[in-house]
Amino acid sequence: MIDVFINITLLAFLAITAVAIVRMTNLFAIIMLFGIFSFLSASLFVVMDAVDVAFTEAAVGAGISTVLMIATMVLIKTQDEKRPAGHKPWLPLAVVIVTGAALIYGTLDIPAFGDANAPAQKHVAPHYLEKSIAETGVPNVVTSVLASYRGFDTLGEVFVVFTAGIAVLILIGGRRPKSIPNNKGRDENDA
Amino acid sequence: MTHNLILRVVSKALIPPIIIFALYVQFHGDFGPGGGFQAGVILSAALILYALVFGLDAAEQAIPPTVLRILASLGVLIYAGVGIVTLFLGGNYLEYSVLGSTQVAGQHLGILLVELGVGITVFAVMLIIFFTFADRGRP
Amino acid sequence: MMDFVIGHYNYWIAIFLMMVGFYTVISRGNLVKKIIGLNIFQVSVFLLYISMSTVQGGAAPIITDGVKLYSNPLPHVLILTAIVVGVATTALGLALVVRIKEAYGTIEEDEIHEQDHTL
Repeated sequence: MIDVFINITLLAFLAITAVAIVRMTNLFAIIMLFGIFSFLSASLFVVMDAVDVAFTEAAVGAGISTVLMIATMVLIKTQDEKRPAGHKPWLPLAVVIVTGAALIYGTLDIPAFGDANAPAQKHVAPHYLEKSIAETGVPNVVTSVLASYRGFDTLGEVFVVFTAGIAVLILIGGRRPKSIPNNKGRDENDA
Repeated sequence: MTHNLILRVVSKALIPPIIIFALYVQFHGDFGPGGGFQAGVILSAALILYALVFGLDAAEQAIPPTVLRILASLGVLIYAGVGIVTLFLGGNYLEYSVLGSTQVAGQHLGILLVELGVGITVFAVMLIIFFTFADRGRP
Repeated sequence: MMDFVIGHYNYWIAIFLMMVGFYTVISRGNLVKKIIGLNIFQVSVFLLYISMSTVQGGAAPIITDGVKLYSNPLPHVLILTAIVVGVATTALGLALVVRIKEAYGTIEEDEIHEQDHTL
């Protein structure tokens, strides 16, 4: 009973933080709220027994992502989001409501949260849970699935991370060009 | 520098335990939560803390960006290289069982090496990205 | 009825967060805010998957003696990969924002369009 209560409270905080992020205009406040959002979702993952995922989300979302966003904010020297006065986004709101309604209609048939007889728990997962120690000798099933049973996916992921590093180096690896911005079509010479 | 004093003293005390914790998470990923990704990110967080408190120049002196680029490629090479080694030893690509005398020993060695490669690459790439962003802002 | 709501509450909040992130991406003009909206969307998708993998009364999927019921480890692996790919995408998006700011002088979408169309 108590973990249902904790679940509901954390989810409510998540929803409130997300709505606050949409409504605010100061970029620094938004970035800090995003750090809080990441931490709340990491706590939620712990409550839902996903410890590896919580570890990664806390380190990556609340650590690296927030630091990079603050570094960007320093580089672009912009503090506030500009919101024009008569800005009434009716079309995006309508699209969002229709999509949300369709998705909620789709979840009406999902097995209840925590059901041990759901189809998701039946096919491959019991095999991994039973055979992990016998076939790989590793008690942490997530590590053995990540590195051994599904090793190719992890190879692809390492390549993605490496490519992202190279791409960031190509994009902003040189020194900042000395010319003033707002001149389109000028020659940029990165060192 | 008094407003920086607390930060400097506390980070000097904290950065070595953070690095040790990252190594612990890397090598105990088999027995508890953890593994390559988490360890790489925590290790890079320790160095980002060092760069934030003691200055970017000190951090770039501790780990030059050229070494970081080599480390990033090294991690990918270790991971793909384990697959090639298993090819040479007679198994399929990334079939760890042929690396040791028994299947379990081979799998354990393979998982260890692969997670090491992942950890090295993630650490190097996170630090590359941070140093690149920080360097762009220097006049 | 109450059981139905408690059993599906997680999914509905995940969809609500998904829609909040989606709305931020399509209705706000500031580029950094769009990237943050994309991140909110990603976290809500992780929430959806991890909710589908929990088992009531189960433990974390680390094999220990005496524990009979474990949570499903397969979505955990998927989401681990997704988190790291998400941060790679965010870093790349932010690098592009920095370059756009240096080239156009602004990061508001309508001003960028104006500069493109008044040539």
